[in-house]
Amino acid sequence: MHALDFDYMLGLVPILLGYLPLTLEMAAAGMACALVLACLLAVIRVTRIPGLNAVALLFISFFRGTPLLVQLFLFYYGLPQVLTFLVAINGITATILGLTLHFSAYMAESIRAAIVGIDRSQTEAALSIGMTRAQLMRRIVLPQATRIATPTLMNYFIDMIKSTSLAFTLGVTELMGATQKEAAGSFLYFEAFLVVAVIYWIVVEALSWVQKWLEQRLNRAYQR
Amino acid sequence: MIELKGIRKQFGDHVVFDDIDLTLERGEIIVIVGPSGTGKSTLLRCINFLETPDAGHLTVGDLSLDATRATHEQILALRRRTAFVFQNYALFANKTALQNIAEGMIVVDGMPKAKAYARGREILERIGLADKADAYPASLSGGQQQRVGIGRAMAANADVILFDEPTSALDPQWVEEVLGLMKQLAAEHQTMIVVTHEMQFAREVADRVVFMDQGRIIEQAPPAELFSQPRDERTQQFLRKILAANAV
Repeated sequence: MHALDFDYMLGLVPILLGYLPLTLEMAAAGMACALVLACLLAVIRVTRIPGLNAVALLFISFFRGTPLLVQLFLFYYGLPQVLTFLVAINGITATILGLTLHFSAYMAESIRAAIVGIDRSQTEAALSIGMTRAQLMRRIVLPQATRIATPTLMNYFIDMIKSTSLAFTLGVTELMGATQKEAAGSFLYFEAFLVVAVIYWIVVEALSWVQKWLEQRLNRAYQR
Repeated sequence: MIELKGIRKQFGDHVVFDDIDLTLERGEIIVIVGPSGTGKSTLLRCINFLETPDAGHLTVGDLSLDATRATHEQILALRRRTAFVFQNYALFANKTALQNIAEGMIVVDGMPKAKAYARGREILERIGLADKADAYPASLSGGQQQRVGIGRAMAANADVILFDEPTSALDPQWVEEVLGLMKQLAAEHQTMIVVTHEMQFAREVADRVVFMDQGRIIEQAPPAELFSQPRDERTQQFLRKILAANAV
């Protein structure tokens, strides 16, 4: 057993932080796309649009039912063999695609639950004044569902940030990939992975604060 | 003018009512009374198409439609002509009192926001809640919420306002302010159909009281007549019961 090499660890911090933006960018892009897709899936599930509902169910079942790593390998290594125009897909795009599809399947279900949780009488009230279903969704239901779903969605976002680390298996040098390379050079595996763990941890903690602030803001209308 | 002809509604095998006819003149106030579960609320909901009637013909103002063949556009047009006040207020929880009232004008009528809010404030003034414009439903009392619910219905500028037991969910201390507002509307000759158990209100405000039992309109008459000389045995029985209960 040897003592921790603190100088090495301190020196590593700025190097690794240089790769944090890419990690966050992939997570942000994945989250943005996943939110849109999840809302779409949730609305299809709630309104039970014939045909599309079955497709949505199959989609959710597959992407919840298989590991993210398998999905990433499928997109990056597998699909280009079948769909040859995808040869140009790079690791970053494949990661964002994988995160989007994987997490939208989970998020769709929590958004669906939030939509269903909104008191039916508000739906009737909106219809009674002549709103269309689309107006009802956009103006009354989705804003309230957002509030209900926010804590869960933030948890998925946190999970997504950590899951970007899988991108290194597709050859992307993001936070995890960079750490792996540094550690392989110095052989100080424990120090390197400890540093990267703390970086992930701090990012997630910061997000938890954002989450708290966001929830308080969204709850303003509902205080007695 | 509002006319219902041969309205039928059934849930599965259970026929709630069959062949209901009812006519209202503009400015007329009708109160529907009767035992629970006789289809009063369902009838009201059919007029607004919150329930789709299984048969019959509806006329509201210049709009006339066959219930079984109503198009999506006809239904939206019908709803805009028939505002609804709910037993449990059903305010939009994510919107302030003012926004609740302005929502329909903005989204459905396509009115510019500024104009809709100006009209909304006028309505808030009339319902006595000018100071609550920016309050969210959760911070309002039951009585205030129901007044906003009525304000939202007033904003629709509908041919008729349908009240579905508007005071049944209220704590007793809020009932009077809601009935007061309804009387104010009645004094302005707002056409309305009210389902309620408030017999005093029916007596004071209604032009005509309709007694329903087991999916049928048993009799209808001006309140003075219906309350003092009910013709049908079932009406007599119902009135005896409910007046005895109210007297306690």
